[in-house]
Amino acid sequence: MVQALLTVENLHTEFRRAEDVIYAVNGVSFTVAPGETLGIVGESGSGKSVSVLSVLGLLRGTGRVTQGTARFGSTDLLKLKRRQLEDIRGRDIGVIFQDPMTSLNPTMRIGDQIMEAMLTHHFVGRKAAYNRSIELLEEVGIPDPQTRFRNYPFEFSGGMRQRVMIAMAVACEPQLLIADEPTTALDVTVQMQVLSLLQKLRETRRMSVVIITHDFGVATNFCDRIMVMYAGKVMESAPLEEFLKRPAHPYSVGLKSSIIEVGQTNRVLLPIPGTTQQLTEPPRSCPFVDRCTMAQDACRETLPQLRQLGGADHWVACLRAEEVVRHAG
Amino acid sequence: MAIARIAVNGVAPARRRSQLAMAWGRYKKDRLAVVGLAWVILFLVIGIIGPWIAPYNYATTNFLTANQGPTWQHIMGTDNLGHDMFSEILWSVQNALEVALGATLISFIVGVALGLWAGLKGGWADMVVMRLVDFMFAFPTFFMDLILVTKFGRGMGPILFAIGITGWAGYARLIRSLVLGMRNGEMVEAARALGATQPHIMRKYLFPNVMNNMIVALAFGIPGDLTVMAGLSVVGMGLRPPLPSFGNMIAAAGSNMLGYPWLMYFPAGIFALTLLAFLFVADGLQEALNPKGGF
Repeated sequence: MVQALLTVENLHTEFRRAEDVIYAVNGVSFTVAPGETLGIVGESGSGKSVSVLSVLGLLRGTGRVTQGTARFGSTDLLKLKRRQLEDIRGRDIGVIFQDPMTSLNPTMRIGDQIMEAMLTHHFVGRKAAYNRSIELLEEVGIPDPQTRFRNYPFEFSGGMRQRVMIAMAVACEPQLLIADEPTTALDVTVQMQVLSLLQKLRETRRMSVVIITHDFGVATNFCDRIMVMYAGKVMESAPLEEFLKRPAHPYSVGLKSSIIEVGQTNRVLLPIPGTTQQLTEPPRSCPFVDRCTMAQDACRETLPQLRQLGGADHWVACLRAEEVVRHAG
Repeated sequence: MAIARIAVNGVAPARRRSQLAMAWGRYKKDRLAVVGLAWVILFLVIGIIGPWIAPYNYATTNFLTANQGPTWQHIMGTDNLGHDMFSEILWSVQNALEVALGATLISFIVGVALGLWAGLKGGWADMVVMRLVDFMFAFPTFFMDLILVTKFGRGMGPILFAIGITGWAGYARLIRSLVLGMRNGEMVEAARALGATQPHIMRKYLFPNVMNNMIVALAFGIPGDLTVMAGLSVVGMGLRPPLPSFGNMIAAAGSNMLGYPWLMYFPAGIFALTLLAFLFVADGLQEALNPKGGF
């Protein structure tokens, strides 16, 4: 097997609040192979963004990583000093955020912001950075890059700004691109354009991508591997094909049956009952048990660990995974 | 070339209008602000060339022409020592500007530095700075000015310093709140994701984005400091005569208001108009520079 690019093991992150602690991430492990695209799927508050931001040291407020390792190449990102991490962010790992409307600096020209990404890391000189910015703008599909270089963010639409953000993220040729809900704030029509742009960049650069999304359609269109998260834990992780054919966790099955498919008008949508709980204490039993249609007494007593299903590269944290597969199949 | 471009992209090339030009476009719509600006510019020009165009020196006394009403010789009359009021006013403009601009600058620099630091660093730094701000707000500033002026003398420098050092709290609080609003925002997060260092974020991201608000605060701060300076004169702790200042003139005229009213009319009128002009300019700037308000 190839050496993984990013290996996260047993990550725990918590947010301290005035009276209590929110356990946002509770023992998440995953790997990203070179050139692989991992899709992290889950509903709001499932810890998908937080687990990735923890790895990058971008947690806000009182967020703190309490346990775990995150090896990127041969370095543990969680042990680095702030300075060293700043060197890696933006150079080896590019990040795209959800809201392009507020992520750009309104007082700086677009081109300067792209150049800055390169100059901060001494990636190239000033002159080369200028030429490369123009190329990047062209590459991400912004017409007339010479003129647009000198524009301010307010002169761009949402989709265009997201393209600029993407150009900034890939400016230093990172090995890993992390996209935190890159299409959520965009129009549906623009979403597909941005996704296909990401697809194109991924292929020309052979970089790994971690895409965080709550849009199942985005994940199935774009990813090699899907990881489903719930309550700060990994519920299931499998290659796309396998995942679509044999979902083995009741939550994954629920997610799949709550998607509207184009053209299927007669199918009844099956929403998952209930809502997520606030994670004021780390889960001791299966966190999904209250909403699960297949819950048993055993589910309330033990905390299911991720285990391999069959011989395949298919991992699931459910006591009754085999039955789920049989049932759904 | 331009036509080809339009044809290719289907959109006209963006007009080359700078942020400044657009801000000026918004500013122009406010008539009062434009008039105020004209007055402020006139005030500034007089502040620079006043001493040269003044017909008399501010210290020249002439007892033969004391307490005269406006004449062609002395278009704004003379006071009880025979000072030509017109010359006095021209000289005071310079003094007023020096003190007001200098004091505001000191407040501004101290306030911005402490506010940025407190906002970005948080924790104990924020705690210390904000308690200091609370102290400055709770403590009567004018009283503090009096103490400082009493201690260090009634020259230009001490007054400038006294007003400057007591006025920074407002700036610090404003800039801190703005920085707090941005510190955890997407923009800073994105900058950090690109590997930007903290000083860099402060310089390139936070400071330019609070600049608009700070300019407005500055524009409101200058007339404020002018008033404080005049106030010091009224209680007898302003610029030491014979250095002319608006406050001194107004204070001196007060006792003879019925006998020699022109001594009050001209300095007080010009001073009031100037304050008003600064406020109109500040108002206009607020309108013009506020990126959310706009049209």
